[in-house]
Amino acid sequence: MDIAIKTENLTYFYNVDETGDQDIPDVLDNVSLEIKKGTFVAILGHNGSGKSTLAKHMNALLLPKGGTVTAFGMDTKDESLLLEIRRRVGMVFQNPDNQIVSNVVEEDVAFAPENLGVASPEIRRRVDDALKTVGMYEFRNHAPHLLSGGQKQRVAIAGVLAMDPECIVFDEPTAMLDPSGRRDVMEIIHKLRYERGTTVVLITHHMEEAALADRVIVMSDGHVVMDGKPKEVFVRVEELDELGLTVPETTRLLFELKNAGVDLPLDALSIDECAKVLADKFG
Amino acid sequence: MLKDITLGQYFPGDTVVHRLDPRTKIVLVLVYIVAMFIAESFASYALMLVVLALAISLSRIRLATVLKGVKPLIFVIAITAFLNIFYTSGRVLVEFWIFKITEEGIFNAIFMSLRIIMLIMGTFMLTYTTSPIMLTVGIEQLLGPLKVIKVPVHELAMMMSMALRLIPTLIEETDKIMSAQKARGADFDTGNLIQKAKALLPILVPLFISAFRRADELAVAMESRCYHGGEGRTRLNVLTMSGRDYISFASAAAVLAGVITLAHFGL
Repeated sequence: MDIAIKTENLTYFYNVDETGDQDIPDVLDNVSLEIKKGTFVAILGHNGSGKSTLAKHMNALLLPKGGTVTAFGMDTKDESLLLEIRRRVGMVFQNPDNQIVSNVVEEDVAFAPENLGVASPEIRRRVDDALKTVGMYEFRNHAPHLLSGGQKQRVAIAGVLAMDPECIVFDEPTAMLDPSGRRDVMEIIHKLRYERGTTVVLITHHMEEAALADRVIVMSDGHVVMDGKPKEVFVRVEELDELGLTVPETTRLLFELKNAGVDLPLDALSIDECAKVLADKFG
Repeated sequence: MLKDITLGQYFPGDTVVHRLDPRTKIVLVLVYIVAMFIAESFASYALMLVVLALAISLSRIRLATVLKGVKPLIFVIAITAFLNIFYTSGRVLVEFWIFKITEEGIFNAIFMSLRIIMLIMGTFMLTYTTSPIMLTVGIEQLLGPLKVIKVPVHELAMMMSMALRLIPTLIEETDKIMSAQKARGADFDTGNLIQKAKALLPILVPLFISAFRRADELAVAMESRCYHGGEGRTRLNVLTMSGRDYISFASAAAVLAGVITLAHFGL
């Protein structure tokens, strides 16, 4: 089986109040998705589009109120599989301060394998390995609160890597970071995807980050409204504008030029490609 | 300014005292406290003083630092001394108005003050030389047997280490909120006590709200990292007793026996 995460008619709503007012719209409405193993999928959407709620279903932090979610073939509703699901589907959150549990970097990274009852020498090996992967090995004895935001987020990623997960869901991991921290996190994601073959689900506001993915899913009001390769999604500039999302600056440039009457393809997503298209046209 | 608070007052180092197992250190401090209460003569106090001096010199922590720990309690010590001087009956040395100073009173005052000072210094040696995390691990393991009678030992230790983890974050947050309020004209420094307390309210409310939100997010992050209580949990660093721990236990037993013997003979 080559499917990592699968949702079928996933429906979810937050609890309605006691007056039984049923008018609250569903946060997720009949979402059906399949995420293939080893792929890098970006999920876009404005605030309240349901993207974080969807992410929380992937490792059984939330359970569907309708439909099913399976992670590596395991139904998230099956409580006996809970730990195994969470071990295989790791999750990195937005605020690094709120996911670090210990006063020492290496003890924090060890938290998950400790919970899983891994033997001490193996924990040591995994902690060292995870810290080296994110480039924080020299900081293993530091106190996390003295690190920069980007460094803290790298420690948080190491903490998830120590579980040896097959899929990692990143819930806006760069939203609170400065540009260099953001770049570091994106480099790690790239490395995990291409060197370890980890399935990556990235929830983000940054179009430039989504452009690096194999597949982009756009959500709005609890529905999947677009789903395809970055090039296929970002050419739909007007629709994205309507959803309140921006497009990468390269696409924006080409789009504006096209509107001004210059005939250009919109799918030159990377800066190099865009430059080449422009050079071919005008050069 | 708030960042200057050093919590747990841990001074990292690599001395014999630092390397002792936290469990050993906790037990040693308990023995030390018991011995301090049994000791009541010059000889036994001298013995305890030697023990304390040995611990301080081995830990290479400056005497001034250790004495600083006593400073906040100087008032308590003064009152204790004062009460002992005037309220102990015995051979009267000086008498004026309703006050009587007795010879026994002076001795009592000296011993009591010394006892408090030495107790504080001795117990501070534990937190000075043991990181809060190690202290928590030590307490958890020492209290381990209480799990049999359903004491939530793991949960207590986890709460303690979480609190230690969040303190620097919350201090930072308080600093930020205070700056934000000051930028909008809040005044924390003038006025009487009540006005100052009232000025703190706009800090405490957002601080509490954010603390709850943090706790909630942290709980979700812990769950997604497979936290499910203390059952079946292993440790990265397993505590192991070594030769120096057993030597410390033997020495502690010897000192305790010495103090008891001295007390027995009324020395």
